Amino acid sequence: MNPAFGSGWLTLLYKELLRFWKVSFQTILAPVLTALLYLLIFSHVLEAHVSVFDGRVRYTAFLIPGLVMMSVLQNAFANSSSSMIQSKITGNLIFVLLPPLSPLDMYAAYVLGAMVRGVAVGAGVLAVTVWFAPLSLEHPLWALIFALLGSAILGTLGLIAGIWADKFDQLAAFQNFLIMPLTFLSGVFYSIHTLPPFWQALSRFNPFFYMIDGFRYGFFGLSDIAPEVSLAIVAAACLVLTGLTLLILQRGYKLRH
Amino acid sequence: MTPAVEILRVERRFGTVQALAGVDLVVGPGEFFGLLGPNGAGKTTLISILAGLTRADAGTARVLGHDVVDDYRSARRLLGVVPQELVFDPFFTVRETLEIQAGYFGLRNSDDWIDELLHHLDLTARAHSNMRALSGGMKRRVLVGQALVHKPPVIVLDEPTAGVDVELRQSLWAFIRKLNADGHTIILTTHYLEEAEALCGRIAMLKAGRIVALDTKQNLLSSFAGLTVRLTADSLPEDWQPRILRRDEQSYVLSLSNYAELERLLATLRAHEIAVTELSLQEADLEQVFLRIMARAH
Repeated sequence: MNPAFGSGWLTLLYKELLRFWKVSFQTILAPVLTALLYLLIFSHVLEAHVSVFDGRVRYTAFLIPGLVMMSVLQNAFANSSSSMIQSKITGNLIFVLLPPLSPLDMYAAYVLGAMVRGVAVGAGVLAVTVWFAPLSLEHPLWALIFALLGSAILGTLGLIAGIWADKFDQLAAFQNFLIMPLTFLSGVFYSIHTLPPFWQALSRFNPFFYMIDGFRYGFFGLSDIAPEVSLAIVAAACLVLTGLTLLILQRGYKLRH
Repeated sequence: MTPAVEILRVERRFGTVQALAGVDLVVGPGEFFGLLGPNGAGKTTLISILAGLTRADAGTARVLGHDVVDDYRSARRLLGVVPQELVFDPFFTVRETLEIQAGYFGLRNSDDWIDELLHHLDLTARAHSNMRALSGGMKRRVLVGQALVHKPPVIVLDEPTAGVDVELRQSLWAFIRKLNADGHTIILTTHYLEEAEALCGRIAMLKAGRIVALDTKQNLLSSFAGLTVRLTADSLPEDWQPRILRRDEQSYVLSLSNYAELERLLATLRAHEIAVTELSLQEADLEQVFLRIMARAH
């Protein structure tokens, strides 16, 4: 490699960060407010009616890590998917395709950008919700690992969706009919032990469930599934999706004709 | 010497359309090369293959000896492309746009060169304006800046002056000429044939995915040389009727090979006692050459 040239992926990452930072009211503050509203409404309605982990954890406290992780996941997806499809539709993706960026460079920049936004929104949600219930942080490293892996998975899914979709309508379908149901039915608002057996069994096929359950373990030291099992499933999903995305980028699917 | 651009037997099909049907093209280092052709001829597809935006079905393309697929990192570092479409990222200012583009090529601390680019492209005063606030011509100039920001030895300009006013077009060409004089290879596609005639040393003409002419500008002009003569007369002798290009009332527009043929025409008219009341001459230009080549190529 010519020593005058370094790798360009750090600039692509910087561009991704600058892009959402310039519209931070929309990309950070708005989802924090949305999560706060969820907390206020659900905790007010359900606090006295729902028992979780055999009553060892208050419902509002149980809800907080779920909302934090839901925000992490949704915003990681939103960042990479919107960046990719906007660049494709406006045509400015050409500025990323012309330089000597490898598939791995592109993957790393888009997904790390998505992870930073997801974790930033998650931190914001935690900062404004932590005051509503006593919250412990039994295993912070576990919480951090699940936040990072979860945001990486959703950032990767966002990249795939952004590459696949030819118009915003298709991306909205991906988001509303796949990401949103998987997120809402993953145990953000309830413990799966409160569900009937059929729905409990079905929840175990939802990979988002393991992300949220593992993340919640980091706070309470309690979970529906052993955290090691959740970690293995989430890490495997991350690896598979990473491999798939690198293959898509390598082949130039819908990017290079 | 390694060619700046080497395209060998490149083919590309989009569905039922054969966009490129086995194109061979070699552009030497330091050339100012013109790539001309009607819409749909395959110019942009060829450039896209060179830039790695489109993959060829067959054949190879190299930039300064580096294959655009197998050695794409080196090939792309050596190539700057001004795309045809007026695209921009609405999140950033002009300066941010150029800094980010330099960064994609791994270049840090290129402030001095960006300042120089902004100056040459007459964008210094708008450096901190958002891209959305620029006129079409200004956006086009930012595109040129983005293509040059990593100082590529080979520069491809795909319709770079569309929408740029005359004054700025002249300053842009002065800058591109300077880059060419400094040793940069320039490949230009344009619909303004007078620009190609004024700037390019060699020219390739594409039609329906094939190269139908490839030569120096002088050879193209002289091979299709000729005079276009407009004369006003009562009639024209039978022998000269096949040379008529157009006829309006008593004016005839004729295609002649050279001045000797013009002298024979005038002698014939005198012999037939046909009075010429008006006569004007036009030498062949690239536009005429282009039209004739396109007309005879099938």
